[in-house]
Amino acid sequence: MRLSARARAGLAAVMVLGLAFVYVPLVVVLISSFNTDRTFGWPPSGLTFEWWSRAWDNPGARTALATSVKAGLGATAIALVLGTMASFAVARYRFFGRDAVSILIVLPIALPGIVTGIALSNAISTTLSPLGVSFGLFTVIVGHATFCVVVVYNNVLARLRRTGGSLEEASMDLGADVFATFRHVTFPAVRSALVAGGLLAFALSFDEIIVTTFTAGASVQTLPLWIFTNLARPNQAPVVNVVAALLVVLSVVPVWLAQRISSDPAGGRI
Amino acid sequence: MAGDQGLNNVVTTVREARQPSLTRRLSGVLHRHRRLRLALLLVAPMVVLVVVYLGALAVLLVSAFWTTDDFTGQVVREGTLDNFRQLVTSDVYRAVTFRTVGVAAAVTVICAVLAFPMALYMSKVASPRRRKLLVVAVLTPLWASYLVKAFAWRAMLSGDGVVNWALAPIGLEGPGFGLTATIIVLTYLWLPFMVLPVYAGLERLPDSLLEASSDLGAGAGRTVRSVVLPLAFPAVVAGAIFTFSLSLGDYIAVQIVGGKSQLLGNLIQGNAGAANNLPLAAALAAVPVLIMVVLLLGVRRTGALENL
Repeated sequence: MRLSARARAGLAAVMVLGLAFVYVPLVVVLISSFNTDRTFGWPPSGLTFEWWSRAWDNPGARTALATSVKAGLGATAIALVLGTMASFAVARYRFFGRDAVSILIVLPIALPGIVTGIALSNAISTTLSPLGVSFGLFTVIVGHATFCVVVVYNNVLARLRRTGGSLEEASMDLGADVFATFRHVTFPAVRSALVAGGLLAFALSFDEIIVTTFTAGASVQTLPLWIFTNLARPNQAPVVNVVAALLVVLSVVPVWLAQRISSDPAGGRI
Repeated sequence: MAGDQGLNNVVTTVREARQPSLTRRLSGVLHRHRRLRLALLLVAPMVVLVVVYLGALAVLLVSAFWTTDDFTGQVVREGTLDNFRQLVTSDVYRAVTFRTVGVAAAVTVICAVLAFPMALYMSKVASPRRRKLLVVAVLTPLWASYLVKAFAWRAMLSGDGVVNWALAPIGLEGPGFGLTATIIVLTYLWLPFMVLPVYAGLERLPDSLLEASSDLGAGAGRTVRSVVLPLAFPAVVAGAIFTFSLSLGDYIAVQIVGGKSQLLGNLIQGNAGAANNLPLAAALAAVPVLIMVVLLLGVRRTGALENL
């Protein structure tokens, strides 16, 4: 686009400001995790590694981390299967109610999390509890899966629309059956979209707090729930800060993975 | 006899060759029956989403018409409009609803105003190499935890936090904890959800259109106003759906940085949890759902839903 030097400078300035707005708080969390001052006054009065070693030995945080990973893996697995199936149906077939299907899939992420949360919590306590299913890891996984399906669905759908169906038809014409075609033609074409969608689904689940609050019950604590409960306890503040700093550092991993695996710099669609 | 045995073997081999394997036959059935394939693909996702999700939503909607026994706290399953009457007539609920919509709208507008120039710079000004880096830079915080980001702002905005420290030399003071802080944090949280769809929308916009516009004599401002904005509008609306919906139901950020302010989410959560009045919580939850449904129907024609 032809822009005057001043317009370019203006846009660049907004870009820099925007990035500063995004990154300054995260850097502050990182620095604060080494702050000797327990209340995190700014500027830091001194630097220490004490909080990091204390957080490492914190059993509550470790258990919560393990629970979060389990819930994330479970929800991602369900989302990968269901999201892929739905995206094939919508991309490759025309049928009555196709729009309704795509709206239904987007709905769990379009509606506020608290609505999903109390709806599921109500359904679990009124209909599932009599059947013997109680609040726990399973209900958390199912709750997360409802809104993780959409990210896998969106990624695979975009890929299927881009590749079209002609390669699959060619494979069938050359004598491959439905399964061989899927294994050798369709699956390789959507593989990186599945990775991108799966990563996003895992991240959404790993980070989710509202739906988790309403589906977890008393016995299960994911990492976000652990952070939220300990946020109110002043003597836990340094440890919470270390966990927060660790999560900031870890957030680079999925981006790096997505970069390596897919050519799409955005690493997938939301 | 030995010859018969040999013949039998040959016959079996030929028959096996003629009769395709099970997977091959299954594949044939699937290949011929398009509807069957479709049904097999759809049945599992639909069962889960319709039964678990829509079912739960429907039960919630129905329970909005129930009430609780004042004395025992048990849910009384009799149809009544009391909850909704309470919503419409009570000043508190009306004020909170307007406040929530106001916060969500402010967050959406600020996000759009910040995200549009950023996305424009990323897609049309930056070199391809830098563009890739910028996309990664905007995207990375999306993976950082929600709570960590809200927590970061608590540290930023606290009495002896970074904001006050940075503003002190010029004689200003930060907003402290309250509604302004809530708007800042929600903007911060949802900004990438606006930048990415707008960036994707602008990237799809062919450069030739922009060149044609300037060849016809339009300046940069006019090109942005008359060419870029109308074509990028669906993408902005797609981002706005995210930021608006996410802000509308939020109650965590406001608990962390909002001071004593309350939004709809807090009322829903309070009634579903501590107050143990699920029917009222359900009626309250119907408010954001209704707002979102109206919004989604309203923007259907802009083509924003394809940008989600």
